[in-house]
Amino acid sequence: MKLDSKIPEGKLKDKWRNYQVKSQLINPANKKKLNIIVVGSGLAGAGAASTLAELGYDVRCFCYQDSARRAHSVAAQGGINAAKNYQHDGDSIYRMFYDTLKGGDFRSREANTYRLAELSAPLIDHFVQQGVPFAREYGGTLVNRSFGGVQVQRTFYARGQTGQQLLLAAYSQLYKMVRAKKVEMFPRSEMLDLVVIDGKAKGIIVRDLVSGELKRYAADAVVLATGGYSRVFRLSTLAIGCNGSALWKAHKKGALFGAPSFTQIHPTALPQSSEAQSKLTLMSESLRNDGRIWVPKTKADTRKANDIPEEERDYYLERRYPSFGNLAPRDIASRAAKERIDAGFGVGRLKNAVYLDFKHPIEKYGLETIKDRYGNLFNMYKKITGIDAYKEPMQISPAAHFSMGGLWVDYELMTTIPGLYAVGECNFSDHGANRLGANSLLQASVDGYFILPNTINNYLASEINTDHPTTSHPEFDKAEKDTKDYIEKVLAVNGTKTVDHFHRELGKVMWQECAMSRNKTGLEKAITEIKIIREQFWCDVKVTGNDKEMNTELEKALRLADFIELGILMCTDALEREESCGAHFREEFQTEEGEAIRVDKDYSYVSAWEYKKDEFKLHKEVLEFEFVKPSVRSYK
Amino acid sequence: MKVTFKIWRQEGPKDEGVIRAYEVDGLTEDMSFLEALDHLNELLVLKDEKVIAYEYDCREGICGQCGVFINGRAHGPHDNMTTCQLHMRSFNDGDIIVVEPWRAASFPVIKDLVVDRSAFDRIIEQGAYISTKTGSAPEANAIPVPKDISDRVMDAAACIGCGACVATCKNSSAALFTSAKINHLNNLPQGKAEEHKRSAEMTFQMEVEGFGSCTFTGACEVECPEGISIINIAEMNARVIKSKLLG
Repeated sequence: MKLDSKIPEGKLKDKWRNYQVKSQLINPANKKKLNIIVVGSGLAGAGAASTLAELGYDVRCFCYQDSARRAHSVAAQGGINAAKNYQHDGDSIYRMFYDTLKGGDFRSREANTYRLAELSAPLIDHFVQQGVPFAREYGGTLVNRSFGGVQVQRTFYARGQTGQQLLLAAYSQLYKMVRAKKVEMFPRSEMLDLVVIDGKAKGIIVRDLVSGELKRYAADAVVLATGGYSRVFRLSTLAIGCNGSALWKAHKKGALFGAPSFTQIHPTALPQSSEAQSKLTLMSESLRNDGRIWVPKTKADTRKANDIPEEERDYYLERRYPSFGNLAPRDIASRAAKERIDAGFGVGRLKNAVYLDFKHPIEKYGLETIKDRYGNLFNMYKKITGIDAYKEPMQISPAAHFSMGGLWVDYELMTTIPGLYAVGECNFSDHGANRLGANSLLQASVDGYFILPNTINNYLASEINTDHPTTSHPEFDKAEKDTKDYIEKVLAVNGTKTVDHFHRELGKVMWQECAMSRNKTGLEKAITEIKIIREQFWCDVKVTGNDKEMNTELEKALRLADFIELGILMCTDALEREESCGAHFREEFQTEEGEAIRVDKDYSYVSAWEYKKDEFKLHKEVLEFEFVKPSVRSYK
Repeated sequence: MKVTFKIWRQEGPKDEGVIRAYEVDGLTEDMSFLEALDHLNELLVLKDEKVIAYEYDCREGICGQCGVFINGRAHGPHDNMTTCQLHMRSFNDGDIIVVEPWRAASFPVIKDLVVDRSAFDRIIEQGAYISTKTGSAPEANAIPVPKDISDRVMDAAACIGCGACVATCKNSSAALFTSAKINHLNNLPQGKAEEHKRSAEMTFQMEVEGFGSCTFTGACEVECPEGISIINIAEMNARVIKSKLLG
């Protein structure tokens, strides 16, 4: 299989324009005849569904939650980047492109990354017009703040609820099109299989989560906007329902999986406090704008944070990375925290955390200013931990967060299955081996609102005159029957252990061997262990209830079965890549000071994995850097 | 920590419900309330019983999907908090904790603690948007929005759509939910063009869905996880009158 990334010709700044000029158009009368399925209703999904509907396509949108407004984009706190240069601090599209490419440690495509930066500015215009209440100056203009890995201020925000405000704007636009009868919305519906006819994506099989009924939907194109899969670690910052099943089913039907092991571990989440914990709550990275991270200089210090004098505190990020300090990129900040915690300097009851301290900024700017900037985050911290962070430092710890990896897509965001698109977090495209803060809302929105609606026509133009698929096609019969058999197989096991038991087991292995720090022996061991978990799952899992009713336990079991297989692929990918880059840190490849060693000579490619029944075959998309010379990523 | 949960069980929308008691041991104060229910569900599976259906997703207080009545209060014993943010440290060893679904005619029970809140989506559908197509927005700083307006708008826009306001209201009124959205959009210069239509149609839909009238008791703002003020309802009422005169 040859991977064609379809990068348009021309200079970096002309590529998107050149693409649009050459891409095929469809006249409005023909658009009405074409229908598109969008799976997922987050920023990418709702953005795509509403915009495609505005263009005239017939759209159906599916989500597993009770309403489109719950999608996990809602939880992004800190902000969204855009190269507006409102702060007059030297920002530009090129600088934003370069920061993103460098932040991703030169493991993403230049053309895609440039387009992300290029479309960021009009996106802010778009959201303001939709009614997003971004933070404002007294004079009424927009405010910006800094985020990790960047030296300019280009992040727009709406308190600590930016994701919520953007998602609600997208959701309201979606419902505008529902009212116009151009989008049909299917909440409480989970995609369980992709239907491929003559090599093209033509529909999906969906389980109605209320009645349990399996339903068929046919379309001329299918768009996946299903988000990240870091719940494979069980404990993560993701919503409990987030899953990788739609991706996994598409992968099994032929879509290549790009860089599956590239997972961002977020440095500022709340630490795990017990085995029963289901979720690690994220505290926005924006806190690192003012908060200072430290641990005591003495191992296993038992004093309270406020009793430790200034000279006995180790501000390790400021010490190791003087030019970026507390705003070092996420992968670096997480690894530095792990290094201190592993070395015995961790704080908190389980010694698994570090301090994030606001004493100095409160002294400097006053309590009111800090409350205005982060008030809701401090309130959230208090609700969960019972601690007042205005009076003593927060305790934070790294947690699994964003999936840079996802279905491999070309410049048009199409996967290797014609007619199947992946937008937002579920694709591998712009972030390389590490995503910069406030770039995820950006990518999801740009993919959904601006890119896909301009690329999908290039494929659909050739579908106007072909037979439109119907759900009576034998491929639908087969996909539905396979799904039905699969569900029955899960229910038939009737073993002795709960789904959560197996998820905890999987999570432990993945967190230990395939998270912040990886090595050959560990990864090989992990693959063996996950295969054992898979075997045990299929002979000992217990799911009560049946498939003809709302059954949350069955939903969890189906998602976990896919996570287990995905875990094997992630470890396989991490094992294959013998270098350290971005969030992928192989212990064998580090300097004496513990910094990553990237091996451009051998690994300057995107890994794209093909599913081969219990095995995975590697394809490589070699990354060619035409405009930027990859350098050693330094934040010192 | 050991508690007794008394939980509403109901097979389906048309079935009769019943409160069942479950003694649960082995809980800790650090556990969230929903983690305690997760734990109970695992015990039920091992006893070959059907799990209790309840809703959640983000578990950090922002998606608005969780929400049950706990000991007679929406989202539990604290003001302004979601169910997922509630922790077992708020209860004592040996407590009896009664858990029921939202009770409102417009939120019919689907199963156990799960209710159908799609009425909220249908209110949003009636104008909770600014009719601008993707691609046609003016430059963001072209229309200044004063900080005090922007802050007020954000206070209203923070609504997570959980439905606690309706559930706790003796009239099952959706006035707080609807007013927050109307005021969010109508106070922005971008939302002005459609303000009267929006006020009229969204409030009309609220009645179509069968939500009760607001009698201004203030019960909703106590439970609202985002602390949205009932001043919004007064503002909405004024807007509705204005829409009748000018719309």
